[in-house]
Amino acid sequence: MTAPAAPAAPDQPAPEPAGPVLSASGLHVTFAGRGGRAARAVDGVDLEIRPGEIVALVGESGCGKSTLARALLGLVRPTSGQVAYHGRPLDYRSRELKRFRERAQLVLQDPSGSLNPRHTVYDAVAEGRRIHNGATPDEQERVAEALSRAGLRPPERFLLRYPHELSGGQRQRVVIAGALILDPEVIVADEPVASLDASVRGEILRLLMRLRDDFGLAALVVTHDLGLAWNIADRIAVMYLGRVVETGTVEEVLSAPRHPYTRALLSVLPEAGQEPQVLAGEPPDPTRIPGGCRFHARCPVLASGRAEAAGVAERCRTEDPGPLPAGGAADAACHWARAQAAGG
Amino acid sequence: MNYLDVRDLHVAYRTAGGEVPAVRGVSFGIAPGTTLGVAGESGCGKSTVALALLRLLPASARVSGQVLLDGEDVLGMRWGRLRAVRWAGASIVFQGAMHSLNAVHRVGDQIAEPVLVHGQATPAQARRRVGELLEQVGLPAWRARSYPHELSGGQRQRAMIAMALACRPRLIIADEPTTALDVMIQAQILRLIDDLVAGSGISMLMISHDLSVLADTCDRLAVMYAGRIVEEGPAGAVFADARHPYGAALSAAFPRVGDPASRRAPRGLPGDPPDPADLPSGCAFRPRCPAVQDRCAEVDPALWPAGPDRGAACVRVLSAEEARALGVPPPEGSDGGGVPAAPAATEDPGGTPDPGGTPEPGGTPESGGDRAPEPEETR
Ligand SMILES: Nc1ncnc2c1ncn2[C@@H]1O[C@H](COP(=O)(O)OP(=O)(O)OP(=O)(O)O)[C@@H](O)[C@H]1O
Ligand SMILES: Nc1ncnc2c1ncn2[C@@H]1O[C@H](COP(=O)(O)OP(=O)(O)OP(=O)(O)O)[C@@H](O)[C@H]1O
Ligand code: SF4
Ligand SMILES: [Mg+2]
Ligand SMILES: [Mg+2]
Repeated sequence: MTAPAAPAAPDQPAPEPAGPVLSASGLHVTFAGRGGRAARAVDGVDLEIRPGEIVALVGESGCGKSTLARALLGLVRPTSGQVAYHGRPLDYRSRELKRFRERAQLVLQDPSGSLNPRHTVYDAVAEGRRIHNGATPDEQERVAEALSRAGLRPPERFLLRYPHELSGGQRQRVVIAGALILDPEVIVADEPVASLDASVRGEILRLLMRLRDDFGLAALVVTHDLGLAWNIADRIAVMYLGRVVETGTVEEVLSAPRHPYTRALLSVLPEAGQEPQVLAGEPPDPTRIPGGCRFHARCPVLASGRAEAAGVAERCRTEDPGPLPAGGAADAACHWARAQAAGG
Repeated sequence: MNYLDVRDLHVAYRTAGGEVPAVRGVSFGIAPGTTLGVAGESGCGKSTVALALLRLLPASARVSGQVLLDGEDVLGMRWGRLRAVRWAGASIVFQGAMHSLNAVHRVGDQIAEPVLVHGQATPAQARRRVGELLEQVGLPAWRARSYPHELSGGQRQRAMIAMALACRPRLIIADEPTTALDVMIQAQILRLIDDLVAGSGISMLMISHDLSVLADTCDRLAVMYAGRIVEEGPAGAVFADARHPYGAALSAAFPRVGDPASRRAPRGLPGDPPDPADLPSGCAFRPRCPAVQDRCAEVDPALWPAGPDRGAACVRVLSAEEARALGVPPPEGSDGGGVPAAPAATEDPGGTPDPGGTPEPGGTPESGGDRAPEPEETR
């Protein structure tokens, strides 16, 4: 086993295997909103998750993270664009989809109630496998193995317990074990530690890293916690109002953010050591995405005249900087950031 | 003079399974115009302390100690006086309160109620006051006519704070005021709280399980573990350099974005939170403590002095002379007693050491587990 300080996939370019496990291209998910206005929850996203890679998807509440995550797992059908698994577009016919869902697992946060209070740990973990394989003779062995992979050791001690007999961290591990028993290739974890104590949170994050290091598991971790991304992710995608507005390696994006939105998010972290740029107002509404740059009405760079000074203010108000390609190079969907980069 | 002084507060809940000692001897004070943050993991007793201050605990709770508000003991107050204090002396923003606004009444009417009832205002005066309060918390006055479902989470939390301010209290207790809010909204609310406290003379008790939020907002910090304050001091100092191994672990568990030391190195604290009904002998943190010593099973540490204006409940903060004076056994090695910065990032993810069963390497396991002195807490 590798110590967390020496990850299996450090910064040198890994021998590029056969492309992404899971990818989205030109993805749009639009919901019929109240009063007939359509909510463009995901509004043109390209994203890739490669084998053995942990990608963090961050952004404020309502920006479309969960919708994008669900679309990647085939749980929501895109309005346009596509999701591909190993380069093949998802097939939404039930048999194909079922096979895909064995390989790509959703992990929800437990306190949101994904465990049934009347099911034992054994049943909770075995359940997903029964849906796919029925009750096989090796079930007990597989349940025990999944539990110990999730760090619940010795597994016999937990098999017959009920959720209320476990701590918050242990319940989250049971949820993860329920995904691991299917031997997935990729997991999508939606806020896996959001309501856990800091002390427990670190333990669960270490588990996710170890699963990547030991079993090559790829993961998309959905969160609004930038610290979590810094703790475990390789790459990060910052989402704002249905779009990925900045992407790159975690070091690139979090140490040298380019997009004014990413900069603002980082500035309000406790201990950020800089003047916080608290954006006024509420997270914006996907039924009314502004024209031009979708961030322009809240953008501190535009408001302070720096965009004007760089000669891009007019474009900020009228021209959509466009979606970012999934290629992986660090990039920000911002006229000002591009002008800065071009101007040296 | 402190506006609030809490002395040796104990709370036990009577349950079918016996008594649960949720708060086991907590003392602290808050000066006017300052904020004390209380941190600690789920179940350590934070909300119980908050509720005890205004006698809002259920009947099953047995409370002792003193809660002095402007010198007057809340625990001994008569009902009439207590009601007055609850409105004008101190008010509380409950944990999860933003979900508890009444769905069928307009927000403005809910804020006006205490003003009408306890402030003896006319309806017109109350309406004016509601407008003022909403603006004070950054909401436009017309929001008074909105129903709760028309507000976002952040806006509802602002409305709750407006309600807490309604009768101009001198102490505000905020239990997890930003938990479950988005980072940006959280920053907005924290800034609001900062502005309200600064220069107003209001004292504030802010509870959160997020130590980093408190470190940023509060003047002083108290860290609770298993119903006790185990560390207390100036906020920055406690967060940057905790003296109690639990305080240190809690603070190390918050990643500093940009800090190479926390890059790809999430840190937690192995083991489970303690069960208040079944605490080990000696120091309650012993089963999870990365710096545990033999004597930790024998001594139930109190909040001992641990530097200028700070305290920590750990035998390691005592010098040899101090230990001798208190009758605490000296450390077996003579390593000077420094606290390790954080638990090493061990590879044990199981994290369930059996309470009380972590033998000392080379120590004498079970050397006195059963004859440990009774904790002095029971009253
Ligand atoms: N089934 C639905 N019908 C209509 N609108 C929806 C639906 N699901 C989501 N939305 C809207 O789409 C937007 C994106 O929602 P989503 O849950 O993806 O956000 P999120 O980034 O996961 O937020 P959070 O951090 O709060 O979980 C929101 O404005 C939401 O109200
Ligand atoms: N009404 C009650 N009856 C019995 N036990 C209770 C009651 N309320 C709380 N407790 C117990 O008292 C202890 C302290 O609970 P408290 O709610 O004060 O914790 P907390 O620190 O506020 O936790 P959280 O961060 O989860 O809000 C816990 O062990 C809890 O289970
Ligand atoms: S494009 Fe203009 S408005 Fe948009 S983020 Fe960049 S500077 Fe701000
Ligand atoms: Mg979500
Ligand atoms: Mg609480």
